[in-house]
Amino acid sequence: MVIQALKDQGVDTVFGYPGGAVLPIYDELFQQNEIRHILVRHEQGAVHAAEGYARSTGKPGVVIVTSGPGATNAVTGLTDALLDSIPIVVFTGQVPTFLIGSDAFQEADTVGITRPCTKHNWLVKDPDRLSGTIHEAFHVATTGRPGPVLVDIPKDVQFASGAYQKPAPEKSYYKPQVKGDREAITELVAAMETAKKPVFYTGGGVINSGPAASMLLRELVDATGFPITSTLMGLGAYPASGKNWLGMLGMHGLYEANMAMHDCDLMINIGARFDDRITGRVDAFSPRSLKAHIDIDPSSINKVIHVDIPIVGDVAHVLEDILTIWKSRGRKTNAEGVARWQAKIAEWRKVDCLRYKPSTGTIKPQYALERLEALTRDRDRYITTEVGQHQMWAAQFLNFEDPNRWMTSGGLGTMGYGFPASIGVQIAHPEALVINVAGEASWLMNMQELGTAAQFRLPVKQFILNNERLGMVRQWQELLHGERYSHSWSESLPDFVKLADAFGAKGILCSDPKDLDDAIMEMLNHDGPVVFDCLVEKHENCFPMIPSGKAHNEMLLGEADTQGVIDSTGAALV
Amino acid sequence: MSPLHIKKGATSHSAYNLRSTFSDVEERHTLAVLVENEPGVLARVIGLFSGRGYNIESLTVAEVDHTGHRSRITIVTTGTPQVIEQIKAQLGRIVTVHEVHDLTVEGRTVERELAMMKVNGQGDKRVEALRIAEIFRANVVDSTLSSFVFEITGAPDKIDAFADLMRPLGLAEMARTGVAALLRGD
Repeated sequence: MVIQALKDQGVDTVFGYPGGAVLPIYDELFQQNEIRHILVRHEQGAVHAAEGYARSTGKPGVVIVTSGPGATNAVTGLTDALLDSIPIVVFTGQVPTFLIGSDAFQEADTVGITRPCTKHNWLVKDPDRLSGTIHEAFHVATTGRPGPVLVDIPKDVQFASGAYQKPAPEKSYYKPQVKGDREAITELVAAMETAKKPVFYTGGGVINSGPAASMLLRELVDATGFPITSTLMGLGAYPASGKNWLGMLGMHGLYEANMAMHDCDLMINIGARFDDRITGRVDAFSPRSLKAHIDIDPSSINKVIHVDIPIVGDVAHVLEDILTIWKSRGRKTNAEGVARWQAKIAEWRKVDCLRYKPSTGTIKPQYALERLEALTRDRDRYITTEVGQHQMWAAQFLNFEDPNRWMTSGGLGTMGYGFPASIGVQIAHPEALVINVAGEASWLMNMQELGTAAQFRLPVKQFILNNERLGMVRQWQELLHGERYSHSWSESLPDFVKLADAFGAKGILCSDPKDLDDAIMEMLNHDGPVVFDCLVEKHENCFPMIPSGKAHNEMLLGEADTQGVIDSTGAALV
Repeated sequence: MSPLHIKKGATSHSAYNLRSTFSDVEERHTLAVLVENEPGVLARVIGLFSGRGYNIESLTVAEVDHTGHRSRITIVTTGTPQVIEQIKAQLGRIVTVHEVHDLTVEGRTVERELAMMKVNGQGDKRVEALRIAEIFRANVVDSTLSSFVFEITGAPDKIDAFADLMRPLGLAEMARTGVAALLRGD
């Protein structure tokens, strides 16, 4: 019945790991050919792979794991998907209903444990309600603000045969608001017509709203000529080559983007949530601007930053209304003011905030990413990352032209996310070039998935910027903790080439900038999984940086700025 | 910019129900939350309050519509206006929550709570307890030669006042239901 429901939901791929409490479902899986099962090596990997699948396709990712440890191992992935609003449907096996509560073998209170880390979850005790619940789960995961859901199915319910229902989303009482309030939208359009220093601040909500939202965004930005910046989650919604593109904003965002946010007089937040990595010091955040906020989730509005024009609705719907109203009122902007604003931004651009000291002896991580960008720019490319310095450098130095091409753990910051996510992306796009930009420490957290990549012959490229350090932790210790590098170096690292070899993958080692291009080409030309061990400068810091407790216009641009800038209150802010 | 055209009682899009500036003043609000009566729904609501650090002064819950599987949770909470708005919006996000009403904002409410108090004592104190109970219209629901159990219904401050008077007269034990509330009028 579970498999039938999945088929009716259009599922073609599931990621999972079998165990005692899901054997009946696995038996059904075995006896059919429509749904492909990807066997991972750890349940956390299954959820991240499903996230990669979901983010690169816009379809929900599906996971099947067993009870107890299977379910608890999925918790990190569920939390990650919750914070980044990724639609995931996780099925967990459970001990039979008559054993629930008896501390049975591999029993855990799965719905209890996952209640705060799912959008919603269900324990199905009645076989007649199983199929209806599964359809409802897909509906909830993909409607409104997307998110992970979990369906816990006791083993006896899996064995039982109940009445099957076809999907009927119209019967669900879960119906979030998608159309924005017209009055508020008109108010925003009026503000757009007069603003002298407007800026679009976009986020993952544009990507989640679907490809139409990105197209409408591009139309609106190009028609108005307003500059646009994006959060880490929203990269690709507006093309990096677009003329109004400011680059990413936030803690490690670009100087011009953060300065524009600080000095603007109209901020139009589209599908972003004023995360603390974006705002810096809240009471000094963009002090002189009128703020509009478009979000599908009413709880995002006024959570962190007070906004003047809140618009609850789906990004694509609202953007369409904005365009219609703006056009019907005569396509007005304050052209003179905006031109002066763009000139000011051009001055900020000249600061060239991403510049770094080149080196001929060692590979600078920024240089490695510049070369990766140059050599892969024209390909059908998908990028995932782990979490840390490499992630920020990837966001700064790689250019994204389209949505759904950039998969990174933004909200939760999950080290170990990128490798399994790259597997999920490659499964969804077998012909595409899928690269996981990684740090050696993050990558080791889910390196067991090399087995999955080898088994399914997935040509995922693991581009590891190996500085033998927990680079971001080290950077913070340097700036905040008196250069006391407490446990932030990677001792006893494996030989990554031999490690790759042991799994039947290809390993490449590169330590000389002169060899880098050839080594990257070797990686790209190999038809199979590659572990690329790129030995980089060990003590490079990631700039620009807004230190904790500081405002957008108090950015550090390089090593010279770093002495004694963060006071003790900032140190507590992480 | 105009502060968002607040309509009194408009909770269907509570995000619009906002003050123009964030105030630091703590307010006490009574919320009525209509939920699907299914396992775990109370845990979701309580988990939201503990997980996000909101206050609960009192919470009552019972099924109010058996055929429609609806329960009504009445929550008394305190917080700054911003926090109260967040609480309502976060409650509204829960999939099994159908409606969130801020009774404090929507109009005048009638609030009632039931309490039972066991008062041990003999002689004058016992007589005095009974006399005060009559003034407060508390009922005696159990009696021995040395104790009473009083049942009292009223607004929370009336119950507080009664308890304060009973304390020197031998108040031994108390059970309170928490607040149930409805809007006045139709």
